[in-house]
Amino acid sequence: MTEKQPVISIRNVTKRFGHMVAVDNVSLDIREGEFFVLLGPSGCGKTTLLRMIAGFELPSEGQILIGGQDMAGVPPNQRPINMVFQSYAVFPHMSVADNVAYGLKIAGVAKPEIRTRVDEALELVSLGGLGQRMPDQLSGGQRQRVALARGLVMRPKVLLLDEPLSALDAKLRAQMQFELAELQDNVGITFVTVTHDQDEALSMACRIAVMNKGDVAQLADPADLYEHPANRFVADFVGSVNIFEGKLTVDEPEQAVVDCPELGRVYLNHGVTGAHETTVWVAIRPEKITMLPAGKAKAKDSPDGHNVAHGQIKGMSYLGDITIYDVKLESGRSIRVSRPNLSRWDQEDFSWDDKVSLQWHPTSPVVLLS
Amino acid sequence: MQDWKRQKAAFASIAVSPVAWLIAFFVLPLAIVWLYSFGRNVGLTEIDISGTFSNYGRALEPLYLEIFGKSVAVAALTTLICLIVGFPIALAITFAQPKWRPWMLLAIMLPFWTNLLIRTYALITVLRTEGYVNKSLGWLWESASGLKVMVGMAPLSTWEPLPLLYNNFAVILGLVYVHLPFMVLPLYAALDRLDRSLIEASLDLGAGHFRTLTQIVAPLAAPGIISGVIITFVPALGAYLTPDLMGGPDSQMIANVIERQFKRANDWPFGAALSFLLMYATFILIALQALRNRKAEARS
Repeated sequence: MTEKQPVISIRNVTKRFGHMVAVDNVSLDIREGEFFVLLGPSGCGKTTLLRMIAGFELPSEGQILIGGQDMAGVPPNQRPINMVFQSYAVFPHMSVADNVAYGLKIAGVAKPEIRTRVDEALELVSLGGLGQRMPDQLSGGQRQRVALARGLVMRPKVLLLDEPLSALDAKLRAQMQFELAELQDNVGITFVTVTHDQDEALSMACRIAVMNKGDVAQLADPADLYEHPANRFVADFVGSVNIFEGKLTVDEPEQAVVDCPELGRVYLNHGVTGAHETTVWVAIRPEKITMLPAGKAKAKDSPDGHNVAHGQIKGMSYLGDITIYDVKLESGRSIRVSRPNLSRWDQEDFSWDDKVSLQWHPTSPVVLLS
Repeated sequence: MQDWKRQKAAFASIAVSPVAWLIAFFVLPLAIVWLYSFGRNVGLTEIDISGTFSNYGRALEPLYLEIFGKSVAVAALTTLICLIVGFPIALAITFAQPKWRPWMLLAIMLPFWTNLLIRTYALITVLRTEGYVNKSLGWLWESASGLKVMVGMAPLSTWEPLPLLYNNFAVILGLVYVHLPFMVLPLYAALDRLDRSLIEASLDLGAGHFRTLTQIVAPLAAPGIISGVIITFVPALGAYLTPDLMGGPDSQMIANVIERQFKRANDWPFGAALSFLLMYATFILIALQALRNRKAEARS
């Protein structure tokens, strides 16, 4: 897969609106057949980047290549890509079948072929038999499937999806995440999706580009992004995390120690690469912290007095599968700990104001340099 | 919001003055004129309301039907030209940069705020035989003729001013000029409401701009087009000043005939009958539009 040539090459692309820089010198390659996600908070430039690929915005600087061909001067209606809009943009005055057939008619495809391809596309998105419905007779989820079918039927090199699931309710969204990923796998078309929802990105993507303030903060596959975030922004934006500032006191190839005033001494069983300054940040995910009754903690695989902390439970939120605890450390800082409810009584182990000890494995913390 | 069904007294106290105003100055005068249409002149100022239909009978004579027909044709042509001219204007305003939009709308509205009489006379000074259009064209003609002489060719024949005024052409031009804002504003309102991503989706699927315009923009702007057509056609059908001041002997419209009955002919009953026929025609048109709207609403 990595050997394939990129289907989309974005080279040093900058987009300015007046004095505002929406996309700042971004370069990235999107590989053929992958499910690529642009993830970021609103205003990070991800939608602008997508619209530049589609041709609705022109880059102020830089180059966009699709299938090796420079797209400068190529209008949207001549690009080998199609887009699913955030509002779906299903034509309200046309039936479902006419919506899906719209692009094929323009392309001059023969009528019998249009009919079979429209039926196929509707079948693909589980809308078989609804071709004669008008858009206002469909649910939001169904309208989105029409928009999908309308793009897929064109057999584009790349299908762009702008916040495809944001207008659906939570349950339908979770279902559509799986369906979209499966659909992409079936048709083999490259999908490029824009989203601000990290769950959506993690569950669907082959690779994710996290964007912040017009820049790519990190480009990685979902597991890498979660377990090896490159900086505080990515660690914080993707998933839930506790971040503590500290001083790097020991940095050897096989071990490192970060002294965090608010957390204690954090021991790692590997060295920190690329640290030029002693001020670093330690990030620990809530699920990678073990909570025990006060005094019971003795961190295994760590030297004495490292990788343990003590505090008092100040908040609990029971989410069914897990319970999230808000623990006030001795330093006054709060730390978030999550605990799976493996048996039906687990949530009763701890309660408000309980004194607790926390411990974690030397592989759990991530040291961030920026 | 207060529910007017529960706050009847409060609602009534607010409603009473406009309702009284409507009755006193609209319903009652109209009712009197309606009664006149079933009467006949018995003196210079006296009208006997006898319940006769003879006024309506006379109004349906070929002479008047022809003027009715002509008025409809002139109003329809005016509306069509307004639509053809107004649609691109509305499109241009919709897709202009936001900072320009209010100024463009102002440019459309400005003539609208000027007195109709002044506008019409201004148009007359432009179009008359010694007006700016003819002067400019005459100057161009003379210059061309002079050029031909300079290169040794025979001069052009003497310039004949174009008959731009006091004919049907002038009436249509004047009506288009007056009614254009009525067409542009509802069109703009409809186009402005249009979801831009529908246009982008059409382009994305390979359509050109013209196809997007005819297959996506125009059908979705249809409600705006229909209201624009109706509110242009209705006042154009009853136009009085423009054909009176700019028309020739053969370009009088139904409103001019009605005016003559009330003034020079002093035949109020007949004038009333003609007025009401015009009003019925208008009401039917508006009722059809309302019916269509309700059907469209029921569908969604």
